Amino acid sequence: MSQIGGTGRRGDAPLRNSSALDEANEPGAREAAAPALAAVGVSKRFGVVQALDDVTLSVRPREILALVGENGAGKSTLVRIFEGVYRPDQGALMAGGAPQAFRSPSDAHALGIRVIHQEPDIVPDLSIAENLFLGDFRSIHGVFLDRADLERRTREMLAKFGLEKDLGPWTRAGDLGPSQRQLMEIMRALRGGLRVLALDEPTSSLTEEEAQRLFRVVRRLRDDDGVGVVYISHRMREVRDLADRVAVLRDGRLVAERPTAEFPEAEIIQAMVGRPIADLYERGARRRGEAALSVRGLTTKRVSDVNFDVHSGEVVGLAGLVGAGRSELAEAIFGHDRMLAGSVAVRGRPIRLKSPADAIAAGIGFAPEDRKSQALLLMRSVKDNITLAVPDLISRFDFVDPGAERRIAAEFADRLRIRTPSLDAAVSNLSGGNQQKVVLARWLARHPKVLILDEPTKGIDVGAKAEIYRLIAELAGEGIALLVISSEMPELLGMADRILVMAGGRLVAELDHEAANEERILSLAMADNLTRTETAGAP
Amino acid sequence: MTHLKAEPIAVAAADRRGGGATLRRAIQRVGTHNFSLLIALSVLIAIFGSLRPDVFFLLRNILNIGQAIAILGILATAQTIVIVSAGLDISVGAIVGMSTVSIALAVGWTGSPVLSILFGVAVGAAAGIVNGLIITVGRINAVIATLGTMAVFRGVAFIISNGQSISIFDPAFRFIGDGRIFGVPVTISVLVVVVAIFFVLMSYTVTGRNIYAIGGNPVVARLAGLNVRAYQIGIYTLSGAAAGLAGMLLAARTGSGQPISGSEGLELEAITAAVLGGCALTGGKGTIIGGLLGVLIIGVLDNGLILTSVPTFYQMVAKGLLLIVAVIIAEQQARQYG
Repeated sequence: MSQIGGTGRRGDAPLRNSSALDEANEPGAREAAAPALAAVGVSKRFGVVQALDDVTLSVRPREILALVGENGAGKSTLVRIFEGVYRPDQGALMAGGAPQAFRSPSDAHALGIRVIHQEPDIVPDLSIAENLFLGDFRSIHGVFLDRADLERRTREMLAKFGLEKDLGPWTRAGDLGPSQRQLMEIMRALRGGLRVLALDEPTSSLTEEEAQRLFRVVRRLRDDDGVGVVYISHRMREVRDLADRVAVLRDGRLVAERPTAEFPEAEIIQAMVGRPIADLYERGARRRGEAALSVRGLTTKRVSDVNFDVHSGEVVGLAGLVGAGRSELAEAIFGHDRMLAGSVAVRGRPIRLKSPADAIAAGIGFAPEDRKSQALLLMRSVKDNITLAVPDLISRFDFVDPGAERRIAAEFADRLRIRTPSLDAAVSNLSGGNQQKVVLARWLARHPKVLILDEPTKGIDVGAKAEIYRLIAELAGEGIALLVISSEMPELLGMADRILVMAGGRLVAELDHEAANEERILSLAMADNLTRTETAGAP
Repeated sequence: MTHLKAEPIAVAAADRRGGGATLRRAIQRVGTHNFSLLIALSVLIAIFGSLRPDVFFLLRNILNIGQAIAILGILATAQTIVIVSAGLDISVGAIVGMSTVSIALAVGWTGSPVLSILFGVAVGAAAGIVNGLIITVGRINAVIATLGTMAVFRGVAFIISNGQSISIFDPAFRFIGDGRIFGVPVTISVLVVVVAIFFVLMSYTVTGRNIYAIGGNPVVARLAGLNVRAYQIGIYTLSGAAAGLAGMLLAARTGSGQPISGSEGLELEAITAAVLGGCALTGGKGTIIGGLLGVLIIGVLDNGLILTSVPTFYQMVAKGLLLIVAVIIAEQQARQYG
């Protein structure tokens, strides 16, 4: 710990936007005092989305900087800019005391900047040693692979990470668990002189014990190797345990940056949310009807014992962090994922769920999260995509009735105001918002009793979002029961009558519209990570 | 009426493309790929027609081409359906062999040509069901599965025939092989009927639509309520039955049931024709007309190479090159569409 002393944690008051430019340019500054990596006034736009807006943030050597924020706040974009995957529209990166314009990740790697992604790339059929030193094999007489040297270097590396007892150099990399792969990726990064290491939600698929081992490694990298670490996480406890400093992003802006010791958890969460909810949402007084969708004791591999009802004319929001099991729950209700236990009923009638066809027959419609790979036939026309789920309405004795087909497609394209050159245009030509409307049109053509929408506004511009919100309100008004999964908190708060919160595959809370607010939802969604880690550590 | 309803949407379009020429519209109607196939076919006809104007355009030669491609035509159009569903059936050649032997044996047992033909088609369909079950229930890649069953079916054909050729003396088969109905050889009539059925199935029925959907993206198809497995089993059954029918034609042409001779390598020619016809091996794309045009190109090329006395070995080289060129063109088109 003494090594950190005068460098990373300085005594002076924490300031927002601690001027990275000055620090970097300060001529007399000791090497250690200069930031290892800094973003100065960085902005990045994707279409209509301002992913990053004038962010100035520095990573110092010998410190762990936690980067937190809601989904879509810009954390991953910033890290990808650090790594040279994206180039900033405005602003600059400073590394090694000079401005840098990375053209590709290899430029960043050359300066010792590495990002460990959630699913590291490995060559599964090669050994750990070969994976670690791929591209850096030494040979005997320039011909034969020097296995002894490779083994020695690998053993050194394993020992450094405390893995020498668990793993041998010749273990097949494909047999490693996710945590070991992650550590291997870090070893590989360390090989080329590591200065900045970014970890993007590294513990999302780790057990408590594996996470602790990762933390030890990360601390040692900071203390022994002087690496500056950027640590992205949703889990408050990890952030508090590990980080020296916490930076909060919201809507692409850096809204707060303080040493962890001076940044209470409640204030971090408040900084993450705290934004006015725009008048995008319509939520008239609705009449709640009978229970349209009843889920009892639903259990799958990823979801355990979920119980809830959605009534006709009601919009129920499903909140939770990525990986909480929301999509898995939706897929199980729709018969796409196998249920291990529990039951699903539509308007009180239990349905035998063997495949999505059974759910559809019972009156359920489902718009999955990934439109392009799960909902749309990209090569086919708008018309074909809309009528895909209503074969009975567009045919006689299996022969397609072109008139009926076009009539139905036109009716719903019209009603949802789908903007397309024609009904025969390939759906891949449409914008994200219009593609989503095509998916909704498909289900509306079936006049469903229940609609499940998984992230219905993902990747859609603001205008189209408003249209989707209005449509959801309209459908509820017509008596359809809607279950809407969203990671955008304001969206859920704006349109849902009730909000269910999931965490770790369980339903942890149910909040009325009046009782729900972002902080409460977020702390419920994250609280489970706390209890889970505690119970995992207990036995 | 219906066009009127669709109109406001078209008007709402921000990016209306510039006025299309009549030619472009015609090409779109035929399909870009089919249009290039027609051009390729015309070029081949022009070349061989000018080299052997005395023989090439004779009705006799044209019917010859038709008879030569009848068996391949059935297999290639059936294979087109399989490939559109993102599958592949490598066992069809072996099924044809098994079918000829089964028919020859059945003629001996029953003496009834009708029952024998039905038996041959049923044997093919049963083989197809086996393929379908292995692929869906066993969750095995279609290429691997049918590569395995190819050897199995070939072996079965040898076992039931004792490795011998079994002659068929029934005059009905001679009529099917060489006879004509209203001047049209029976084999060509069978081909036309089968292709017409496949064409209607793939272009005008919900089943056909759904096969395109399954091939395009099986997850999307499943989430839209389609029973993907049932479709796949059906498709391989259809492919097997078509191979059984092609076996009937082969048995009639050769007057015998043969475990291997005449049917060996047919699967590769069928796949070649289907790919030439515009099928994407990744599924979701391809037309029956395209498959038929692919077969026609192969047939004209074969015929022309024989008429111009190109040695057999060079013919093989020419056919191989043709396939490679076709795949390159198809790849480039696919890349254009992204």
